[in-house]
Amino acid sequence: MEVIKSDIVIIGAGLAGLRAAIAAAEKSREVSIALISKTYPIRCHSVCAEGGTAAVLREDEGDSFDLHGWDTVKGADFLADQDAVEFFVREIPKEILRLDNWGCPWSRREDGKIAQRAFGGQSFNRTVFAADRTGFHEVHTLYERSLMYPNITRYDEYFVTNLFIEDNAVKGVSAIHLKTGDLVFFNAKAVILATGGAGRLYGFTTYSHQVTGDGLAIAYRAGVPLKDMEFVQFHPTGLIPSGILMTEACRGEGGYLRNRNGERFMEKYAPERMELAPRDVVARAMWTEIIEGRGFEGPYGPYIALDLTHLGEEKIEERLPLIRDAARKFAGIDPVEEPIPVKPVAHYTMGGIHTNMWTETPVKGLYAAGEVAAVSIHGANRLGSNSTAECLVFGRVAGEKAVEFVQGKRFSEITREEMLAEEKRLFDEFLGRSGDENPYEIKKELNEAMDRYFWIFRTGEEMKKGIKKIQELKRRYENIEIVDKKRGFNTDLMQAMEIGFMLDLAETVAVGAYARTESRGAHYRLDYPKRDDENWLKHTLAYYAPEGPKLEYIPVTITKWQPVERKY
Amino acid sequence: MEREVIFRIRRFDGEKTYWQDFRFTARKGMTVLEGLYFIKENLDGSLAFRASCRMGVCGSCAVKINGRPRLACETQIFDIGSTLEIEPLDNMPVLKDLIVDMDGFFRKHEAVKPYLIRRDDDYENPKELLQTPEELHAYYDFSLCIKCGACYSACPASATRSDYLGPAAITAAYRFCADSRDEGREDRLNLVSGSDGVWRCHFNAECSEVCPKSIEPAKAVQRMRLMSAIHMIKSIFR
Repeated sequence: MEVIKSDIVIIGAGLAGLRAAIAAAEKSREVSIALISKTYPIRCHSVCAEGGTAAVLREDEGDSFDLHGWDTVKGADFLADQDAVEFFVREIPKEILRLDNWGCPWSRREDGKIAQRAFGGQSFNRTVFAADRTGFHEVHTLYERSLMYPNITRYDEYFVTNLFIEDNAVKGVSAIHLKTGDLVFFNAKAVILATGGAGRLYGFTTYSHQVTGDGLAIAYRAGVPLKDMEFVQFHPTGLIPSGILMTEACRGEGGYLRNRNGERFMEKYAPERMELAPRDVVARAMWTEIIEGRGFEGPYGPYIALDLTHLGEEKIEERLPLIRDAARKFAGIDPVEEPIPVKPVAHYTMGGIHTNMWTETPVKGLYAAGEVAAVSIHGANRLGSNSTAECLVFGRVAGEKAVEFVQGKRFSEITREEMLAEEKRLFDEFLGRSGDENPYEIKKELNEAMDRYFWIFRTGEEMKKGIKKIQELKRRYENIEIVDKKRGFNTDLMQAMEIGFMLDLAETVAVGAYARTESRGAHYRLDYPKRDDENWLKHTLAYYAPEGPKLEYIPVTITKWQPVERKY
Repeated sequence: MEREVIFRIRRFDGEKTYWQDFRFTARKGMTVLEGLYFIKENLDGSLAFRASCRMGVCGSCAVKINGRPRLACETQIFDIGSTLEIEPLDNMPVLKDLIVDMDGFFRKHEAVKPYLIRRDDDYENPKELLQTPEELHAYYDFSLCIKCGACYSACPASATRSDYLGPAAITAAYRFCADSRDEGREDRLNLVSGSDGVWRCHFNAECSEVCPKSIEPAKAVQRMRLMSAIHMIKSIFR
């Protein structure tokens, strides 16, 4: 069996993983860095980020770190750790400038400076952007930059299956080299997880097909706690019927939301911020309009109109070209002429692997950065354009911390027994198994259950049904059969494993949500409609147990912003 | 609106190549990628293809549909017809079914130094560089390449010479040479002026024809040729 030794192993080559690799390589030209990805790096989901990246660049024009920090904490419904937020807002401007120096085609003002636009819940126009393809350009810029460093070795299309930990210290990972189907072991002194969120748990979602929460599940199964998994963001504007993201920049650039009576209904829900209230507020307002019968009726059910027609063709072409192209190709609508049919859509995992503000997990040498982690700066609701920012800042931190950690450390070997056991688990027991369940049917039912029981409005009674359904699916999953029995590029095997990951993660979302008897940020319960700081101003930690997640709670770090009522 | 369609797929299981027909009912608005997922999830789990973003941004799902390279996610089934012949891209080795080996394609992209080169590169203390909207527009369209391989698959020069850099890599080189912030033009021109570079292009512009992002790689190759010619003349007199 092939064993590859590398001081640092990074899993996931999206924004956070690429940034971590560059940071590590900048800090030391001596350490060896393996960048593992189940796709080619530029196929990652970060390329789908559209609207922008928040950063305080213009203090001379009225912005400040305090303001960005406050917006973030209030947006988070006070569940964010404020020490991490304060650090984050100060670090992000430098990342914007680095990307500028590395070739990112930032949109510009007439004076040649980097342009910024308005975004939901941000009380200053501080969102830096590259048209409406910000994530795409950021990823390509980082990927291209990463090619300059000889000590970064890429392992493209390697699917990670397990994490090896001994005496609470990480020692490596196993991965299937998809091209050959061979199981490969990466022996490492430090491992950085950067595999993104868990949005494919839901059926109506903005996420790429590949975002199946692999890193979350592998860490969780290895005993690392997941934090605040019940907080799932529903983005207000998913294109119907595909769920493709219609960026918040549509509203940042002046777009309206209208119900079937033509009303800009946000004036009832957030009179000050209107369409640019935070996402949880807007998504709930839209869902309320739909439930109360004021949505438009379409062939795919009720929807809300995202109206850009008053912006004019020139502005739409310059600022929102991808939106126009996608609306035309995937809904047959030209937003210059007609409103876009949208409804709220599963979009972001606020929760993630439990880390401190230095991206350190409870396991020595194991780091997590980006959406896979809960640092936590997003708390119960992330503000738009803070996620790409998080990937850049905390990707960098993880890379630097990992380099510091590996200095003077020795490799701890993955034993032959461990390797044989993993090979047996994957190929003999999993691929070799026969049964009468189709894994894709299980995924479909999981998606339906999550869309139904763990959507924008939740109740204890409904969630109980959801938990039962997930448990039933987990039992049925034991009896799946993988049709493709060959080794080389077995996407059937990979997807069946991903579905197993998703079932475990769904349970952490479900059990965490059921236990939290309050409404905060994106977690809204009709049976407990108020925020309850006395009992619930705390983070959930979910630990793996064979019978289902075990929950514990830890306090939120508050430095200077005391919780107040949240109004927009 | 629904109707029956046939996906005629060229398959490869690691040993043999064969065609297989799948019949199913497609609905209006359904993309070729959704059709492939329907087959995998309901008819044959062993069908292998790449896909991720399903919105034309990640570049994973380029395949040949009725002879022309396209992104499966952006192609409506009913726009093609009732019978769709689906094959892997050309000019790259097939690994399985619709999946081709793109390692070589990416290595060619790496070879042209596709990154901003600046003498004052300062990692610790980056400074805001000014770039006017006009300067941005000079290269911006060429920065939209998603590296899907459609141009490379359609390129006759890539078909006959496996060492030819190909349209995507040369477009990447041009994109940086045309960026007002860049100082690496000489380096890159040395890399693309050799026998595997811009002079190898047959100029039949198939690449621009098939590019799903309408980037016009042929235009980038032509401009790189001009830069390369000037560069070569200058280096003679240096």
